[in-house]
Amino acid sequence: MEGIVVEILQVTVLIALAPLFAGWVKMVKCRLQGRTSPGLLQPYRDLKKLFSKDIVLAENASWIFRFTPYLVFGTVIIAGAVVPILSTDLPLSLTADVIVLVGLFAIARFFTALAGMDIGTAFGGMGSSREMMVASLAEPAMLMAIFTVSLLCKSTSLTRIAEVISSAGFIAKPSLAFAFLAFVLIAIAENGRIPVDNPATHLELTMLHEAMILEYSGRHLALIEWAGMMKLFLFMAIGSALFFPFGIAATDNIAGIPAALLFLVLKLGAAGVALVLIETGLAKMRLFRLTEFLGGAFLMATLGMLSFFILE
Amino acid sequence: MMTPINIAATSVVLLLITGLSAGLLRRNQGLLIRVSFILSALASFMATASGIWTVKNGITEKIILPIGLPDLPFHLRLDALSGFFMTVIGLLSFFVSIYSIGYVKGFIGRRPVTRLVVFYCLFIAGMFMVTLADDALFFLVSWEIMAAASYFLVMFEDEKVENRRAAFLYMVVAHVGAIAILLSFGVMAGLSAGFESFSGFTFDAMRQAQFPVEWATVAFLLAFFGFAAKAGVIPLHVWLPEAHPVAPSNISALMSGVMLKTAIYGIVRVTFDLLRVFPWWWGAIVLTLGLVSAIMGVLYALMQHDLKKLLAYHSVENIGIILIGIGLAMIFTSFKMPMMAALALIAGLYHTLNHAMFKGLLFMGAGAVLHATHERNMEKMGGLIRRMPWTAVFFLVGCISISALPPFNGFVSEWLTFQAFLLSPSMPNQIMKLLMPMGAALLALTGALAAACFVKVFGVVFLGHSRGHHNQNIHEVDWSMRAGMMMASLTCLALGVLPTFFIEWTDVLSESLVGAKLSASAAAGGWLWLTPIAPERASYSGIIVFLGILAAYGIVYVVLHVNPGKIHRGAIWDCGFEKLTPRMQYNATSFAMPIRRIFGFLFLIKEDVQIKKAPHPAFPKRLHYFLRVRDRFWFWIYMPFTAAVFWIARKAGRFQQGRIQTYLIYSFLTLIVLLLVKSL
Repeated sequence: MEGIVVEILQVTVLIALAPLFAGWVKMVKCRLQGRTSPGLLQPYRDLKKLFSKDIVLAENASWIFRFTPYLVFGTVIIAGAVVPILSTDLPLSLTADVIVLVGLFAIARFFTALAGMDIGTAFGGMGSSREMMVASLAEPAMLMAIFTVSLLCKSTSLTRIAEVISSAGFIAKPSLAFAFLAFVLIAIAENGRIPVDNPATHLELTMLHEAMILEYSGRHLALIEWAGMMKLFLFMAIGSALFFPFGIAATDNIAGIPAALLFLVLKLGAAGVALVLIETGLAKMRLFRLTEFLGGAFLMATLGMLSFFILE
Repeated sequence: MMTPINIAATSVVLLLITGLSAGLLRRNQGLLIRVSFILSALASFMATASGIWTVKNGITEKIILPIGLPDLPFHLRLDALSGFFMTVIGLLSFFVSIYSIGYVKGFIGRRPVTRLVVFYCLFIAGMFMVTLADDALFFLVSWEIMAAASYFLVMFEDEKVENRRAAFLYMVVAHVGAIAILLSFGVMAGLSAGFESFSGFTFDAMRQAQFPVEWATVAFLLAFFGFAAKAGVIPLHVWLPEAHPVAPSNISALMSGVMLKTAIYGIVRVTFDLLRVFPWWWGAIVLTLGLVSAIMGVLYALMQHDLKKLLAYHSVENIGIILIGIGLAMIFTSFKMPMMAALALIAGLYHTLNHAMFKGLLFMGAGAVLHATHERNMEKMGGLIRRMPWTAVFFLVGCISISALPPFNGFVSEWLTFQAFLLSPSMPNQIMKLLMPMGAALLALTGALAAACFVKVFGVVFLGHSRGHHNQNIHEVDWSMRAGMMMASLTCLALGVLPTFFIEWTDVLSESLVGAKLSASAAAGGWLWLTPIAPERASYSGIIVFLGILAAYGIVYVVLHVNPGKIHRGAIWDCGFEKLTPRMQYNATSFAMPIRRIFGFLFLIKEDVQIKKAPHPAFPKRLHYFLRVRDRFWFWIYMPFTAAVFWIARKAGRFQQGRIQTYLIYSFLTLIVLLLVKSL
């Protein structure tokens, strides 16, 4: 019974805190670039405004276009229910292992790309085409990074991996180091951050993700934006579970949750700063330079796997 | 007597009778279509039932028919493996037969369909007979019936040059393959009972024989070559993207969906049942070719803009994925790891069934599009979701399934294959250990590229604005075509969300072939959870994912619609240009451009941009863009090969004088040489 409470609590934390994390990243970025920040709570205000607006729907839009925001939001919530954000003892954790998790993100992306094609503009098609190109290179690299860790832990279940790593504490393995580097690169690519994509741009030539969702408005856009924030949050949580699972509660006891929450906030705070440092330190890459970036991630992950097979 | 094999045999007889008596109704084509396709649906249903029954209860039954060669009557046997493939073939044939009622009607008034009906029935009967055959002769007879019938089906619209060319190529490759299979059976028969009697040609004799490794290797390589040619494994795939698209779409669905599976059946039958013991590198060959086919197949598919050709290349990809599972199972078996072999084998077989369902569905969908628009070129489609809402939904299900996205069926089998890959560290062989990570990476890349490809397909065909001429007559297809596609879609969903039932059902299969069963561990957590090895190792619950997404969708929808804002329809954002035309949308070629640029080195790409002078300098110049993407294998293997054949033929042609005296000298010399050889 307490497991269900923890589960609900975790999903609530995900839904409620994801905009806060996005706000934190934005704030640190502004500070670092010498601008005044809109404050931690700006994403909430944006969402509130979007939810209260009417929708302007393209003439040509079919049900795919209207269905997609809800589906994207739903898959991210399901993903949030299986990732050990607060506790590794989740009743739903058996539902999906880490490969399924990648699949869940993939289905959200599949529909977003279709929605981009649905309205029949050049922008939408361009965004979909580019997004699928990036994804088709990023997804295998992500799976490879995850496989390295799961070979080490003899499991693909995320909660199990977190348990094994936190109890064994072998952080200094070369395969894990490679896998972590690859994961960082992939997390940047999957969430459309600099240098792969710029979430703040609406310039034709540089848009990837934004081009696909250009025609969205009102509550549809709010759902997509919110899901995007949750996805970023989740990637941080997945990274934490795979590589730094310290502080995640190992039981379904509610008493352990506040401590886990504290650890989570600390880790996310640090991860946000790291993300901002990467984003501020690098310029956005040209589209076809991305192959080098993603190829590098893939190579790193493969090296991790090879070093597991050869060295360990 | 109602036993599975009798039902199966009855269904074959029913199909043969339907096919051979179709001529009687040729004057009333509408009635002919209805009667024959309903009968073939019935026969397929019976075969499916017998297949499911056989596998479920692990029945093995035999019949010996008093026809065939003297001393070698036809042996029929229905065991778990045959039953499984009979189910795969029967299920899709059932859906396609119902679909065909509406689809084939589209030909009425344009051409007589009697030939299509006759060979359709023979084709399905041939495939059932292949799975039933228990001796080499009957197997090859059935194999040839299947090949010949499908040849005539590919030739159905034979006034087009490309169709004749494709059918010829198909025939040639099929027969080169058949010769290799024949030789392989010859090797096995000779080793099992000698060539003096025919008894060695029964599979039973081969099952009892002990083959020395070197001869077993010869037999395996021959058989694998032959079956790979049928399955379209790269580099023997060139016929497939030619032949499958030009056949009528219901035939394409059967050819891609299940005819290729008979080759998989052959490979599994020969290696796991007849030869049984093998060194690990056989599996490595199968695995490597599977990986190459998977990745190259999907990349070629991405480059296509002909809808059916694209789907045909995806068959190459999926055959590759199936072979990855089979290859892993072979490797694990040779290292004596039955549990893991069972997992890999079931993953491969699961994908066999899944591929049959979603590829059949996609070809049926493509057929519906073709039926409505008379167009195969995706560059002229677009916006069909508004004209054909049902077809769009079913096609979307197929797209999601083939892209290996949860919660549909393609995902489950790829997930199982990944799990099999992740078990490889326990292998004792260093080379395999290095190959494995690469394999997992390539499989992941394949899945991701397939998703990109099907965003392209669905996006270009069904979404956006129509790119071609505005044909007002495009309409949704009739009830029978929709029914066929709907049943296939529902099967895709069911196989995706309820995998544990499949695993339990196929227990007999993995136990008889590799000596281990999965259900004890795979369904340990109840039917909800699929846990191939142990719950803490990996688990997946398709149904919870499916219901979870639905529930989250429903809750969010309801919450947001308590007090919804209004929805206004407005024009799309055109940057103030105001003259957007449908031709400015992304199309199939431009969608694939980034990927073409990254993986372009794998193809022969000819790209040409011509700038034409405009009639008046105030107008922008006219641009012409040419693109041709070709298969490198054609130039690497087939062109040199045909050149060599022609060279030899020319040289040999010199002996052909046309004068009787010369020929008599040839005979005389041959006789002398033979006598000399004999006397030595």
